[in-house]
Amino acid sequence: MAAFESLSSRLQNVFSKLKGKGKVSEADVTEAMREVRLALLEADVNFKVVKDFIAKVKEQAIGLEVSKSFTPGMVIIDIVNKELTELMGGTQAKLAKANKPPTVIMMVGLQGAGKTTTSGKLARLLKKGNHKPLLVAGDIYRPAAIKQLQVLGGSIDIPVFSMGDQVSPVEIAKNGLQHAKDNGHDYVIIDTAGRLHIDEALMEELKQIHANVKPDEVLLVVDAMTGQDAVNVAQSFHEQLQLTGVVLSKLDGDTRGGAALSVKAVTGQPIKFAAMGEKIDALEPFHPERMASRILGMGDMLSLIEKAQAGIDAEKAAEMERKMRTAEFTFDDFLEQMEQVRKLGPLDQLMDMLPGMGKMKSGMKDMKVDERQLGRVEAIVRSMTKAEKQNPELLNHSRRKRVAAGSGTTIVEVNRLIKQFDDMKKMMKQFSSMMGPKGPKGLKGGKKGLKGMLGKNMKFPF
Amino acid sequence: MSFFKKLKESIASKAEAVTNVFKEGLTKTRTAFVEAVEELITRRKKIDEDFYEELEEILIGADVGVNTVMTLIDDLRAEVKKRKIEDAAELQPVLSEKLVELLKGDDHAELTMAPPGETTVILFVGVNGVGKTTTIGKLAHRFKSEGKSVLLAAGDTFRAGAIEQLEVWGQRVGVEVIRQASGSDPAAVMFDAVQAAKQRNVDVLLCDTAGRLQNKTNLMEELNKIFRVIKREMPNAPHEVLMVLDATTGQNALSQARLFGEKSGVTGLVLTKLDGTAKGGIVVAIRNELNLPVKLVGLGEGMNDLQTFDSVQFVHALFAGLIKREEEEQESAQG
Repeated sequence: MAAFESLSSRLQNVFSKLKGKGKVSEADVTEAMREVRLALLEADVNFKVVKDFIAKVKEQAIGLEVSKSFTPGMVIIDIVNKELTELMGGTQAKLAKANKPPTVIMMVGLQGAGKTTTSGKLARLLKKGNHKPLLVAGDIYRPAAIKQLQVLGGSIDIPVFSMGDQVSPVEIAKNGLQHAKDNGHDYVIIDTAGRLHIDEALMEELKQIHANVKPDEVLLVVDAMTGQDAVNVAQSFHEQLQLTGVVLSKLDGDTRGGAALSVKAVTGQPIKFAAMGEKIDALEPFHPERMASRILGMGDMLSLIEKAQAGIDAEKAAEMERKMRTAEFTFDDFLEQMEQVRKLGPLDQLMDMLPGMGKMKSGMKDMKVDERQLGRVEAIVRSMTKAEKQNPELLNHSRRKRVAAGSGTTIVEVNRLIKQFDDMKKMMKQFSSMMGPKGPKGLKGGKKGLKGMLGKNMKFPF
Repeated sequence: MSFFKKLKESIASKAEAVTNVFKEGLTKTRTAFVEAVEELITRRKKIDEDFYEELEEILIGADVGVNTVMTLIDDLRAEVKKRKIEDAAELQPVLSEKLVELLKGDDHAELTMAPPGETTVILFVGVNGVGKTTTIGKLAHRFKSEGKSVLLAAGDTFRAGAIEQLEVWGQRVGVEVIRQASGSDPAAVMFDAVQAAKQRNVDVLLCDTAGRLQNKTNLMEELNKIFRVIKREMPNAPHEVLMVLDATTGQNALSQARLFGEKSGVTGLVLTKLDGTAKGGIVVAIRNELNLPVKLVGLGEGMNDLQTFDSVQFVHALFAGLIKREEEEQESAQG
């Protein structure tokens, strides 16, 4: 399999020989940029885009002061991250609104990108914002595409305008718009058939629809898993239809989603939404900064932190973080932490958000993310006495045997857990000495902490 | 005899028509990939770091995986050193040979079929929107026109309109679809379908499933259940588990192939939408890293646009430009 190391650990390798130097030399940067380049290419960012990007970052990185608290690797990642975010549009972009309603939105894209589903999701999002959208079924080619939109519309109680599959999509769009005007809809979402960007006849049809309904938004739906060709697709659609924005679909997969960057780079149009799941309400505003770290293989730390902030008691988290740093971590804390983590949702989804975790998960057979396994771990810890939890060193052979019997597990499992717990503690100790006394505090510190630990290929005890 | 000549002769026995289908369907792939390499060789006379870098970019640009490309480039460097090649033009045959080697493979692209008189069960899996249902429609048409009796199982009970989509295909092709209500357990649909296939003694049963992203644990378990149910009801089945892959997919295809393989024992790939993209390089990456053969390719939207994948044909179509040129050179050398 393709075992991708995380960019941060790769950069650490590059810079490990840099100790003692005060500045990052050009040669160091060149070597580091090679790693950055690979990371971006592995994420499916288009190679031309990568080339320009690297040139830009290189300029900034040469002559960097190596400060004490940060490794040069971190500083470079920071620059790369910022530049990437910038490239993807900086801040969020909002949906256009027509001066005179209805606002017309046209959905276009390749086959199977997810136009119909996204249309439904978008309608639902608008409805939630107290709008009155109308869906127009303009895909007359794919069997049952109209039916799909009707079912979607029905499930969220939004009307779907359809004229069957014997009328030209141009007519359908025109009549749909009229229907919206007559019935007081303030948004019209026109679903169109998927087509190849090189299919002249079908592209002409889109142009016709465009000319007739004069849309305020032309949204290109792009599959987040698209490879290098994303550039050509986006460029071609943009040239012919003047896109106003992009929707990234299927972003809930384990793709790094470099296509996002490519598309933005060639069209110059912002990515307005990201589809994050199969449920009808799984359409979210796009966050460039999160996408940047995802493309770099650094996980979606921000989303994770956001989730954590919603689910975790801030005080407890701060205390936990202090304990982690001072390596006072006990089995009691461990148990508590497990509980907290469980509150955040299904474990495999959380793991995906952690830097490097996605790959570790698929790479290591012994680290199956199994909720039942979690239960077993919990049982083991709960079978320890208070004193044992506080001071794991007490756990000699006979105590371990008792714990195994008490938790219904085997002594091998108990041993493994204790071993992993010790490793984890050691890691924390190392890490806290790395951070120094002036290390960042609070959640931010926790985040860096996680990164440091994961960079060393850490195994979670569960 | 030159390498390409050999290649050409090996396909001479095959129908010209099939070759043409491949040639046409792969026009885009060919221009993007082969011509870029040619252009690079003529433009850059010398083999230096820039040359390698540009070559790397061309290959990566065709979605050949990063790992695969790195290996290829390293091989090339070694070869260049060994043979003391300085001129880029001299590198061309070496490069072509390596590329063909990567694309070729001794896999049998033919679908595994049950012995005559028994039902062949083919299960289709893949992420959302790759073209599973359409592929099933096309394949049903193909089996039907070969005179086989076909049954379809509407296993996508999740996506709105998916069952109807398969039913439309069923009507078009003239085969029956086993279905349940939308939202029902897909494993139950498969159970029904396998029973029906046994009773009616059909030749081929094609099973559709809902598209799912490979990192969704519960959905992948559901797929595993479908697989188990089929296996339990008919011990030799499924005879093929085909993962349908959109040809525009990037590096994520590797993750797809791996995880679907784990849960449903994928035996081969169907590469769809190959006609419109400049890509297809991901086939090389998948073959190289996961050793899964491509069995079918979708080269267009028509009912007949599903072809058995033939790596020799594929290579020939891809390198048509190179082959032609070499022939001309040989002719002029002889004449």
